[in-house]
Amino acid sequence: MAKQIVKMTLNGQQIEQLVDSRTLLVHFLREQMSLTGAHIGCETSHCGACTVDIDGESVKACTHLAVQCDGSDVKTVEGLAEAGALHAVQEAFYEEHGLQCGFCTPGMLMRSYRFLQENPNPTEDEIRLGLSGNLCRCTGYQNIVKAVQSAAIKLQQKESATA
Amino acid sequence: MNAPVKTPEERKADLQGMGDSRLRKEDARFIQGKGQYCDDIKLPGMLHMDIVRSPVAHGRIKRINKEEALAIPGVHAVLTADDLKPLNLHWMPTLAGDVAAVLADEKVHFQMQEVAIVIADDRYIAADAIEAVEVEYEELPVVIDPYAALEPDAPVLREDLQGKTEGAHGPRDHHNHIFTWEAGDRTAADAAFDHAPVKVSQHMHYPRVHPCPLETCGCVASFDPIKGELTTWMTSQAPHVVRTVVSMLSGVPESKVRIISPDIGGGFGNKVGIYPGYVCAIVASIVLGRPVKWSEDRVENISSTAFARDYHMDGHLAATEDGKILGLKVDVIADHGAFDACADPTKFPAGLFHICSGSYDIPAAHCSVKGVYTNKAPGGVAYRCSFRVTEAVYLIERMVDVLAQKLNMDKAEIRRKNFIQKEQFPYTSAFGFEYDSGDYHTALEKVLDAVDYKALRVEQEQKRADPNCPTLMGIGLVTFTEVVGAGPSKTCDILGVGMFDSCEIRIHPTGSAIARMGTITQGQGHQTTYAQIIASELGIPSEVIQVEEGDTSTAPYGLGTYGSRSTPVAGAAIAMAARKIHAKAKKIAAHLLEVSEADLDWEVDRFKVRGNDEQFKTMADIAFAAYQQPPEGLEPGLEAVHYYDPPNFTYPFGIYLCVVDIDKGTGESSIRRFYALDDCGTRINPMIIDGQIHGGLTEGFAVAMGQQMPFDEQGNLLGNTLMDYFLPTAVETPTWETDYTVTPSPHHPIGAKGVAESPHVGSIPTFTSAVVDAFAHLGVTHIDMPHTSYRIWKKLKEEGVQL
Repeated sequence: MAKQIVKMTLNGQQIEQLVDSRTLLVHFLREQMSLTGAHIGCETSHCGACTVDIDGESVKACTHLAVQCDGSDVKTVEGLAEAGALHAVQEAFYEEHGLQCGFCTPGMLMRSYRFLQENPNPTEDEIRLGLSGNLCRCTGYQNIVKAVQSAAIKLQQKESATA
Repeated sequence: MNAPVKTPEERKADLQGMGDSRLRKEDARFIQGKGQYCDDIKLPGMLHMDIVRSPVAHGRIKRINKEEALAIPGVHAVLTADDLKPLNLHWMPTLAGDVAAVLADEKVHFQMQEVAIVIADDRYIAADAIEAVEVEYEELPVVIDPYAALEPDAPVLREDLQGKTEGAHGPRDHHNHIFTWEAGDRTAADAAFDHAPVKVSQHMHYPRVHPCPLETCGCVASFDPIKGELTTWMTSQAPHVVRTVVSMLSGVPESKVRIISPDIGGGFGNKVGIYPGYVCAIVASIVLGRPVKWSEDRVENISSTAFARDYHMDGHLAATEDGKILGLKVDVIADHGAFDACADPTKFPAGLFHICSGSYDIPAAHCSVKGVYTNKAPGGVAYRCSFRVTEAVYLIERMVDVLAQKLNMDKAEIRRKNFIQKEQFPYTSAFGFEYDSGDYHTALEKVLDAVDYKALRVEQEQKRADPNCPTLMGIGLVTFTEVVGAGPSKTCDILGVGMFDSCEIRIHPTGSAIARMGTITQGQGHQTTYAQIIASELGIPSEVIQVEEGDTSTAPYGLGTYGSRSTPVAGAAIAMAARKIHAKAKKIAAHLLEVSEADLDWEVDRFKVRGNDEQFKTMADIAFAAYQQPPEGLEPGLEAVHYYDPPNFTYPFGIYLCVVDIDKGTGESSIRRFYALDDCGTRINPMIIDGQIHGGLTEGFAVAMGQQMPFDEQGNLLGNTLMDYFLPTAVETPTWETDYTVTPSPHHPIGAKGVAESPHVGSIPTFTSAVVDAFAHLGVTHIDMPHTSYRIWKKLKEEGVQL
């Protein structure tokens, strides 16, 4: 199988790796880079458990090739907390009981992280639509919606504190 | 400066014990991507397994050619039933007393059945290699409909059972018949019907659905050939039972088999059974002497692992003219698929379906369930419910609605009239269950008041009278009772092992603790709530109590987590183990305080000398003393184990009300309101209870409004990806309103009944009740699930509803 060198920024670190051209990003992250936060739930882009952030967009890593990330800036759930401090979405999911089995959580967090940059002050309907590419079997979404609302407020407060 | 002395109330709050909406202990790892699920496990030298599956639903295997697959670089082995035969592992026992093929032995019985396995260096090579295994099939006639399966000239599905007239659950009267199981008193029920002035009957199909947890099934099997030890990480809701079965199948002594259920990405009944994939990975690891990982994909999960339901039910009620129910009769044809692989207690091949008399005082009742083989995947597990309780609740709640319609009675009124009265508890049903406690009337009135039921009925009348109203409005009401917490070992066992559960607690010298149970959390938050029980019992802050489950080498033996049994059974074991420690702690406290035990009072976290608040020993003081200076005659240390065999099941109940608006033009439905009152007895963590209820209601919504597993005539499953199989997103999912009453279980040490499955069990018939109610003025008494827009639209056309 043809191998290629892929260079990318992964959670803020420059990396250079040799990968099979057919290797999916989610397998590259989980098996080659030992970042097992992104999970595989469906392999058809429906469940969103593998959602990561690539160059400012939410991407489902189960249907994206690792080689497509050459030159990209990739962030996974492992890169969400900075300098030992949890990101606002992580805090909010914890405080609002926005997770149960935890399997969808990394994808939900990465989508919420991006969504709140796309729409910093969303309505409930906008949150529900914004997260509709991520499935959860445990929570019924109600507390996930609350968590995203709470994270939005936290981020706004942080914004105004630094302004 | 001395810290201010805390009041008992403040100290109690510090413990974060029972009743506290304590945030979850397990979240820290999950929100940082540090959970450890099965597929996250990577061992040195690990190989990957993939499975060759049958494209046909019924056929004879004529030839398997492995050569091309074996020639692919990186492929280590290709194994078929012929390779497993010398080990006698080509078939395995099921939990229901049948056998199931591990790899298809000469014949395939359902589409996607396991035919061969490939072991390779990585998952990509394994996936290439399964494509290269050539299998030639001779197709046989396929039987999908369980009624057709029972025709005299139906094809013989299970040739391995031919001539066997006695099954695990009694006589078999047809080659595709598995069992007929009855409960209640047929003669008494017939007599009730003979004399009743009012009788109603309704046929209904509870569709085949799949629990579909977000994480699929998988395992990592690692056999150490030098030590002869087998360690397997597995997506299992019942690791201890798996250990016993693996030991029995493999011949490896149980002491050398270690099953670890790591973090589990949802189970919902799907991860109770033992699947061929697990067995094959274990065999491959033993044969090759290297760790082998198997990770199922979504199509495999939906197509081949355990389904739920598929009950074709005929219900009959007999009643007086003013709506008092006199008798209930139920006949069920249960489609079990190719092998009887239900996960029910041994004596109950139809689970606890005989809870189908519901919340009602029905003097005479009988039910009969006939299990049938078809060319579909095996299963019949409890999808977020106690064994077949969802089917039972659906049946009785639908029947009560049908009767109300026949008598032109309000659905709340007919329920009030037939409820078991508060004073009747403990109440023995016509099927022999002893309901522990309940107060249905109070709960019903609370819900009707909260939603202003009368106003809703007035609004519905007005809308029905208005030809220009674009919607049909339906009100669903369900008043359900579950039976959970299996169960008393005198009636409940799995493979002969009584369905007790266990807890071991160790208090360390510095007053922190570790506790281990025979259950395994899959999102229920055991690490949080179990600690709360111990905190309240022993006065140790829940923050310093570690809870561990799922590793058979460290945890005491237990039957696992399903059927809402964790709190009713393991939760009771926790309280009882804690009470053993409490009793020893009291002896130590008396010794330290130089008083007799009779002079001590327990207060939150300490023993006090009666009448003297200054003289006390906290549990932390006592813990240290237990290791330092135990009283003479008392063993050092402070720990206890308890195996709890419940005296009875528990009977949580709930009152659910749903308002649906159906678009007359498109058939689209909108859940305007869903109000769920649950009574699970003592409440341990209200935040977690609400979360469990939200999730269960959403799964119920999925089942009622969209989930199904349709098959074509050739036995192809028409919808085995998440493109086709309905898992609701945040957009479709309604907003839930929750409420509660508290009627503790009198026989449970802390009065808790279990909660996580009630919302699934209770909500499904509520949605159907609401959808049917929208059509009730047209004389419609029942509509089968799923209530998809298309199916509702067809109903609108059928009934001539005009926009």
